[in-house]
Amino acid sequence: MRRCHGFLLATLLAAGTAVAQTTPAKPATVANTLEQRLVACAICHGKQGEGVRKNEYYPRLAGKPSEYLYNQLLGFREKRRASPVMTYMVGGLSDSYLGEIADYYAALRPPFPPPAQRADPAKLARGEALALKGDPALEIPACAACHGAKLSGMLPGIPGLIGLYPDYIAAQMGAWKSGVRNAAAPDCMARIASRLSGDDIAAVAAWLASLPASPDTPPAPARSLKLPMSCGSAPQ
Amino acid sequence: MKRFILGAVFALAIVAVGVYMLTREQPQAPSMGVTGEQSQVIRGEYLARVGDCYACHTLRGGAPYAGGLEMATPFGSLYTTNITPDPDTGIGKWTADDFWAALHDGKSKDGSFLYPAMPYTNYTKVTREDSDAMYAYFRTVKPARLANRPPALGFPYNQRQLMLGWRTLYFKPGVYQDNPKQSKEWNRGAYLVEGLGHCNACHSARNALGAVSADDQYAGGLIPVQNWYAPSLTSNRETGLGGWDIKEIVELLRTGVSTRGAVYGPMSAVVQHSLQETSLSDLTAMATYLKSIAQTGEPPEVPQVRTTVAQTDAMLAAGAKLYEKHCADCHQPKGEGVPRVYPPLANNQSIAMALPINAIRIVLNGGFPPSTEGNPRPYGMPPFAYDLNDDEVAAVVTFIRQSWGNRAPAVAPVEIARGRGVPID
Repeated sequence: MRRCHGFLLATLLAAGTAVAQTTPAKPATVANTLEQRLVACAICHGKQGEGVRKNEYYPRLAGKPSEYLYNQLLGFREKRRASPVMTYMVGGLSDSYLGEIADYYAALRPPFPPPAQRADPAKLARGEALALKGDPALEIPACAACHGAKLSGMLPGIPGLIGLYPDYIAAQMGAWKSGVRNAAAPDCMARIASRLSGDDIAAVAAWLASLPASPDTPPAPARSLKLPMSCGSAPQ
Repeated sequence: MKRFILGAVFALAIVAVGVYMLTREQPQAPSMGVTGEQSQVIRGEYLARVGDCYACHTLRGGAPYAGGLEMATPFGSLYTTNITPDPDTGIGKWTADDFWAALHDGKSKDGSFLYPAMPYTNYTKVTREDSDAMYAYFRTVKPARLANRPPALGFPYNQRQLMLGWRTLYFKPGVYQDNPKQSKEWNRGAYLVEGLGHCNACHSARNALGAVSADDQYAGGLIPVQNWYAPSLTSNRETGLGGWDIKEIVELLRTGVSTRGAVYGPMSAVVQHSLQETSLSDLTAMATYLKSIAQTGEPPEVPQVRTTVAQTDAMLAAGAKLYEKHCADCHQPKGEGVPRVYPPLANNQSIAMALPINAIRIVLNGGFPPSTEGNPRPYGMPPFAYDLNDDEVAAVVTFIRQSWGNRAPAVAPVEIARGRGVPID
């Protein structure tokens, strides 16, 4: 808009007011930025991709690894990941545009929401144990083994688990357990989710959401962790 | 009495078969030859794009042309077929004559009648030469193994042989014949619009038996089940393309956006998979032809919930405030829009059509025009379904439909609930 005013001013100075008065109204212009192009996304995911809580929770996108976000966008477009709204929104967008969108959100660092209300201590303890140590008896690896010691994800394709609401985490685990959400084969998250009980999912979701998080927690560097199981979306 | 009815039905059936036999065009277009030469394959690929075979014969995320897409109709569901050259599940064993019979005569390889969800009522206009080129192209597509699913239609529509009666009434095979009184460009446009483009499959109302009636050609129609209204493409100035320049039509079809508006709903995919690949000269020809179609019939009457004057006034007042808060930043304070970025709402036919369903669904669902070469990074519109309740959506849609020169009926809140109920993908 500022550029538009500058242009009008220059026109006025150069040509004088008489000419400017006969010029038809100049059409409005808009910012040539991704922020402006993606106002469609901001209504649910927040202006900075920070995530928004409405009737349901629309997850944080900011700071997640770009490749993870790109894979999800492709998944929605090709209906590999189920969300009619997302498929409808990105269904006509090209690979390169989706890649740009993923890069855009991956680079944003808005503040995190305050941690969720503290839950039952026994539940939190079980959640913490699962997240940091796993449960060898149930063959469940720790979240931290793949998602990083700070649970901020690992480049290029493993998402952070911090700054999300417990119901979102629980819903994703439930979706994996029931086969609604899938990742590239071998689908390690599907295997892990199948070994988690409903109570364990609630516990780990509650503990993850209780963590204080700082926007300056970048994902761990690529290949900085040796994954405990093979994952199609994070080949090693 | 019973015997009389049976007799009448039998007589009618005989008449129908007789009429059909008389009107049926005998196969009289021998193959011009499928050489499989590169030029023929390239031409066939182009024609397959223009015909938008991809849109129906490919599942999202599925192998190209392997079919399997559900086509929901008022009569039940059909599933598109595998048209890759896989010998067992696709059309690998089809000859050029078989392919021609499907396109031109609406018959499968085994002679059974195709359901007209496959637009052979349009494709019959395609020349044998073009059919052969498309056949040559489909031989080169990567074979994909995906068995066809039988249709899930209710009785009596599941009786394929009954298509004989439908065909007698609504189908006349015949390649497009040039109109000598018209220009070469007009005839090319007519060939593409009536034939491969199958524009009237959506942009015309369908009757109770799913056929496009001759009076309503291109006058607009509600797409069954999908519940998007495909607007009039006739030369009518209020509802059709009469007020559009050829250049504006071509720009919209090629890039998905124009100074007059953007494509949305099912048309978005048509631009993405078909029209953006169509040549400039073919698009110009299509626009030339479309603009010449006079609108004979009126768009079908749409029953709507009426609002009182007091209700409308209250909605207009509330709608003005909502517009300023949620819409004016992009669509501008007087609905003028931003050329090729945010569609104008003033004097926009999509807003002012009698049936408000499109405007309602756009407010509820938002969306992006497709990425195209001319508009690779489209600007999007947010879905307001979660932030505005039915009263608010009705108010803002009513305000838009009655401002800046738009004169369309008010929209009652109950109509919004109907818009929310439609699956979006």
